[in-house]
Amino acid sequence: MSVKNRFVFSLVVSFPMLIEMLLQPFGFSLPGHEWTMFLLTTAVMIVSAGPFLRSAWAAFRHHHANMDTLVAVGTATAYFYSIYAMLNHQAVFYESAAFVVTFILLGQYFEDKMKHSASGAVEKLLDLQAKDAEVMRDGQLVKIPLTEVVVGDLIRVKPGQKIAVDGVITEGSSTIDESMVTGESMPVEKRAGDSVIGATMNNTGTFMFKANKIGNDTLLSQIVEMVKKAQTSHAPIQKTVDKIADIFVPTVLIIAILTFFTWYVLLGASVVNAMLFAVSVVIIACPCALGIATPTALMVGTGRSAKMGILIKNGEVLEAANTIKTVVFDKTGTITNGKPKVTDIVGDETQVLTIAAQLEAASEHPLAAAIMDRANAAGVTPTAATNFQAIQGKGVQAQIGAQQAFIGNDKLLNDYHLTSDLTQQMTQLQNEAKTVVLVGLSDQVIGLIAIQDAPKPTSATAIAELKAQGLRTVMLTGDNELVAQAIAKQVGIDQVIADVLPGDKADHVKQLQTEGPVAFVGDGINDAPALTTADIGIAMGSGTDIAIESGGIVLVKNDLRDVVRALELSRKTFNRIKLNLFWAFIYNTLGIPVAAGLFFGIGLSLSPELAGLGMALSSLSVVASSLLLNKSKLTTRVDAQEA
Amino acid sequence: MIKLIVTIVTLGLIAFIVWWFFGKHAETTAAADQTADQQAVNVEVDGGYTPNTVVLKRGVPANINFTRKDPSTCLEQVVFPDFGINQFLAKDQNTAINIDTSKPGEYEYACGMNMFHGKVIIK
Repeated sequence: MSVKNRFVFSLVVSFPMLIEMLLQPFGFSLPGHEWTMFLLTTAVMIVSAGPFLRSAWAAFRHHHANMDTLVAVGTATAYFYSIYAMLNHQAVFYESAAFVVTFILLGQYFEDKMKHSASGAVEKLLDLQAKDAEVMRDGQLVKIPLTEVVVGDLIRVKPGQKIAVDGVITEGSSTIDESMVTGESMPVEKRAGDSVIGATMNNTGTFMFKANKIGNDTLLSQIVEMVKKAQTSHAPIQKTVDKIADIFVPTVLIIAILTFFTWYVLLGASVVNAMLFAVSVVIIACPCALGIATPTALMVGTGRSAKMGILIKNGEVLEAANTIKTVVFDKTGTITNGKPKVTDIVGDETQVLTIAAQLEAASEHPLAAAIMDRANAAGVTPTAATNFQAIQGKGVQAQIGAQQAFIGNDKLLNDYHLTSDLTQQMTQLQNEAKTVVLVGLSDQVIGLIAIQDAPKPTSATAIAELKAQGLRTVMLTGDNELVAQAIAKQVGIDQVIADVLPGDKADHVKQLQTEGPVAFVGDGINDAPALTTADIGIAMGSGTDIAIESGGIVLVKNDLRDVVRALELSRKTFNRIKLNLFWAFIYNTLGIPVAAGLFFGIGLSLSPELAGLGMALSSLSVVASSLLLNKSKLTTRVDAQEA
Repeated sequence: MIKLIVTIVTLGLIAFIVWWFFGKHAETTAAADQTADQQAVNVEVDGGYTPNTVVLKRGVPANINFTRKDPSTCLEQVVFPDFGINQFLAKDQNTAINIDTSKPGEYEYACGMNMFHGKVIIK
């Protein structure tokens, strides 16, 4: 029989007793008074309380005691004593047993419902997956179930369709709504060569993509897996609670016995009153609220952040986020885009760009990629130059038509001369920490191209937010001091540590840790040691396997503002856990003395029914308080995309 | 006279509770049944986990078959924090839980409220 049915049964059956209790002052009583109550309560005890008694007995045989033990001992005491009292023509309290059972089942029923709504959110993500996919097989498009898609399949996606698995677009372009996975509410434009994420929604275009991750390897599956782990993990604070829970129930039983003993033997109260106090103690002390305080808050907190594309690995991370004093950022790819871009062109823009593009078309240098991007954007189609020659450590030269052209770094200045105007502009660009490339034709420098790995547009806001929260911000980079300082100034970072070798990042993190707990934010590829050394490793972006392995928090989006959100949500969740534990604990520690009749002298006492109601309310309030985490406001100004 | 009896009974009950719940009691341990490339072990969920500790062989795919006989909502969930498993156990039904045995060690598991504990040893 389900909890709900047991509750309904006990509610209906104990209802007549409630009527009698309310109308007794007016001289009303049930026909057959005590015997009717005996029959009704017996039904409740067998049907509704039966499972409590059974569980309590099973646990008892294992030398265990739990909340069922308390419910069983409390109600059985009231019930059997009432039978004894009835046969000896003394006052009975059957209704206490029946009401306590009803209230406790009411509490369990709601707790159950709320617990399911707290835990279901993330699993529902998996339901978002497409059911089938249009796959190219033997030169024809066929519709096959998702499970039959293999790595390497070419899959067609039409407007409004879901993308089946992770992959890379081979032809076509579209805008894609990735909000279900990344939390980013704006649709993202994608074209050939861009990667797509399974379970996201294609908006406008039709495209083909090649599957590269299927089944449990897809980003979505990994996210679900990680969140599940986080939700079942324990925050360190919980360990103390567990220790208390282990000895809690037997201790309560002892307190209840002592309560009876004190009232009956030492204070000379009647058996009925002494027993009522003892039963109240047993009922009020059910440690349910204590048991669910941490898991429910963890569940709601990690579930909510997952929906925003912030994956918090476990309860330990959550607790550590509370103590962070310093946030250390990697520069390239974290604060900046990680991709150098042409920022300025000096000279005749089209001519300079055309020549530069012709010289760099075949190069794989990252700076060349930046120039080619700009050239493509400007619609310049380079005709290939011929007769390439490297100028050792300086650049390249080649034949364009009849003329000799060259491109390279400032070391070329030994060979060529600049006009004073160009010299001045070059110095200025270099002061802005930009890399300057010289472009020349026929022994003449005709222009300059400035290239920089620019900060992401959101970085400055994110760092300002962190500083507003009283955190120190530090940037670690392998770049030289000048470049580092220029970027730091643009985004407003407090401290710069430049010229750091990739292998030394972890050591610098360790050094910073001597001044207080440190969070390290990196892109997860070469930052793995630093990510694991820091008190919290925050791995940015793209959900690479390494990032998921080494980060305590993984940000699905490549947006620094998520660092602010992640820290804030962690703090919020942890504070909620503390609040829940505080209430649950206060409830039990204050409830027991009141129930034991310690304050009877000043007219404050608890009947078993009230204790049962209170115990149901305490569990409910804890679950409700956890669910409220879903609604709690984030102070972060960048919270626009939460729907 | 009756008060004397109550006093004696009180002391007796307290002594019994302390001994029964806090005293050391033997725990049950069982090794998994090995077949060619599988191992399985049955755990009964009734007021606790019986056997309390199960021993699995490293590297062999393993199933722990939980059968919940206990009606308590307390025991309806079984949680393995190390493996990210949080599984609902239907009453009176066999629920198989697959354990990753690639890393040796001792792994605790518990009910949803962390009041009942069991242990898996992989070696």
